[in-house]
Amino acid sequence: MADDPGVTGLQARILLHRGSLAVDLRLDVAPGETVVLLGPNGAGKSTTLRVLAGLLGCQEGLIRLDDEVLEDTGSGRFVAPQDRAVGVVFQDYLLFPHLSVRENVAFGLRARGVERSVARERADRWLARVGLSSYAARRPRQLSGGQAQRVALARALASQPRLLLLDEPLAALDAGTRLDVRAELRRHLRGFEGASVVVTHDMLDAMVLADRLVVIEEGTVVQSGSPRDVATMPRTDYVARLVGLNLLRGRAVGARVDVDEGVTLSVAGPAEGAVMVAFPPTAVSLHRSRPETSARNCWAGQVASVDMHGDTVRVTLSGPIPVIADVTPLAVADLGLRPGAPVWASVKALQTSVYPV
Amino acid sequence: MSRRRQQHAAPHRSGLPGALVPLAVVGILFLLLPLLGLLVRAPWRTLGDELFNNEGLTALRLSLECASLATILCALVGVPLAWLIARGRFRGKGLLRALVIVPLVLPPVVGGVALFTAFGRRGIVGSHLYDAFGIALPFTTSAVVVAEAFVAMPFLVIAVEGALRGVDARLDEAAATLGASRWYTFRRVTLPLVAPGLAAGAVLCWARALGEFGATITFAGNFPGTTRTMPVEVYITLQQDPTAAIALSLLLLLVSVAVLAGLRERWLTTPG
Repeated sequence: MADDPGVTGLQARILLHRGSLAVDLRLDVAPGETVVLLGPNGAGKSTTLRVLAGLLGCQEGLIRLDDEVLEDTGSGRFVAPQDRAVGVVFQDYLLFPHLSVRENVAFGLRARGVERSVARERADRWLARVGLSSYAARRPRQLSGGQAQRVALARALASQPRLLLLDEPLAALDAGTRLDVRAELRRHLRGFEGASVVVTHDMLDAMVLADRLVVIEEGTVVQSGSPRDVATMPRTDYVARLVGLNLLRGRAVGARVDVDEGVTLSVAGPAEGAVMVAFPPTAVSLHRSRPETSARNCWAGQVASVDMHGDTVRVTLSGPIPVIADVTPLAVADLGLRPGAPVWASVKALQTSVYPV
Repeated sequence: MSRRRQQHAAPHRSGLPGALVPLAVVGILFLLLPLLGLLVRAPWRTLGDELFNNEGLTALRLSLECASLATILCALVGVPLAWLIARGRFRGKGLLRALVIVPLVLPPVVGGVALFTAFGRRGIVGSHLYDAFGIALPFTTSAVVVAEAFVAMPFLVIAVEGALRGVDARLDEAAATLGASRWYTFRRVTLPLVAPGLAAGAVLCWARALGEFGATITFAGNFPGTTRTMPVEVYITLQQDPTAAIALSLLLLLVSVAVLAGLRERWLTTPG
């Protein structure tokens, strides 16, 4: 299927202003690929999804799905949502409350003129695929959150879209069911031949579901890459916080990086020019006074907050170089770590990763 | 709603001013006594004969038919109107909403006169109708239906509009992404979801149409068999034979109580 020259996936160029939000981005998704749009609330993720679905027009843009132009502000072409081969799973699923689960799944087929018996049969096949055959006659309000999500997915896929859009598909679920539903969703996305775009602000959802991660902040793409690249080499403070890394910016000369605040760090590998330095909170050690063992890689700061984080203690430091450090409860007692306390921090060179800006 | 409940549960509920209670009792009696009067003075023994004489039956049948036709007419134009008010985005929506409510506050006689000026033989529309097709609406059974529909439509529109507001408009978007045209979405999603509200509105509309007097007698007149509906019949009969009028009134009262009971049932069983 991917060899068909007409099947090229999604290419979108979107520009729009909406209230205080300005979206300006490019998004390409190959057939069979799952791209996760990750970003904080209000970054423009859902707006982008609505534009792709045709529920919202953009001021300037070109959206192409396979060999069909869905929107082209240059020529004034705009394909209405009901005429796009695009399936949407909405955040709260938006199942039709007055229709049975089977009728919900068959709705798209019926709307496109498929005969009732054929539509029902196909709906039943989809329900079997998401493991809900025995729920076909139920009403949506009789379903759990996870089941409703699977019905919404089956409903979107039943009309055989070439682009599948999922808006926070796991946000409405509690932590327990989330794990299973996430794994199952991944399985269905892997089996889907079209392009998929998933919107989420949850890092774990993104890591599990994405073939490629696209991070959006304030309407623009700030980072794009494999989940692994994004998780190890964050490019913005938001991403660094999400993946639980400290992120510093500086200028590298060989294996030394001058961090903006006048501190020089020894790092694991040689580099040149403007770089970013990322390291996990466990790579940071805290001391009562300036450590004598190494002259470099240390700086003075102040404890901003102390929280339990699993079985370690997460210490947030303020000062010229704000970082987070994970230490043992014993260290908290020994070092007298409490908000406002002065402290020295050092970072182990081997646990840093350095990459160009 | 919950706020109101909280107020009821508030401890100073017992601080209700004592002077209000006798006045409330007067209010209750004021509502109750006329109904009681009907029941007490009703000619129970000869009720069958009083009701099922020819004129009474004719008027009843005409009333039922006209009220039903008026309700259908109201639903036909009232549902789209309610949809426009609930979902439309345009200037003057508030004005349109006010316009819909006007027949509620307008004296029905004035409604009848107004219908004359529009659809009478010399009315702004009626004159053209007469010139072009020879159609004269006033004093026909159709005029009864039009008069009743004019007065009763607000009940239906307001009920359906309320129901539409309770339906998540994003369901329309979900339907659109599934390939449904706007018309298909309206038929398969919107209409079924407002059906309980539509039913309640239709019952209220029908009850109002059934009892319509002022606009009907003004615009349609009082011709036995064609425009003399039950309320008009009651009024006419009262002058000649008060006992028969009471019997007919009792019948209308029965219909009203049935409507009330039916509505209560519906409101209790309507899913939220």
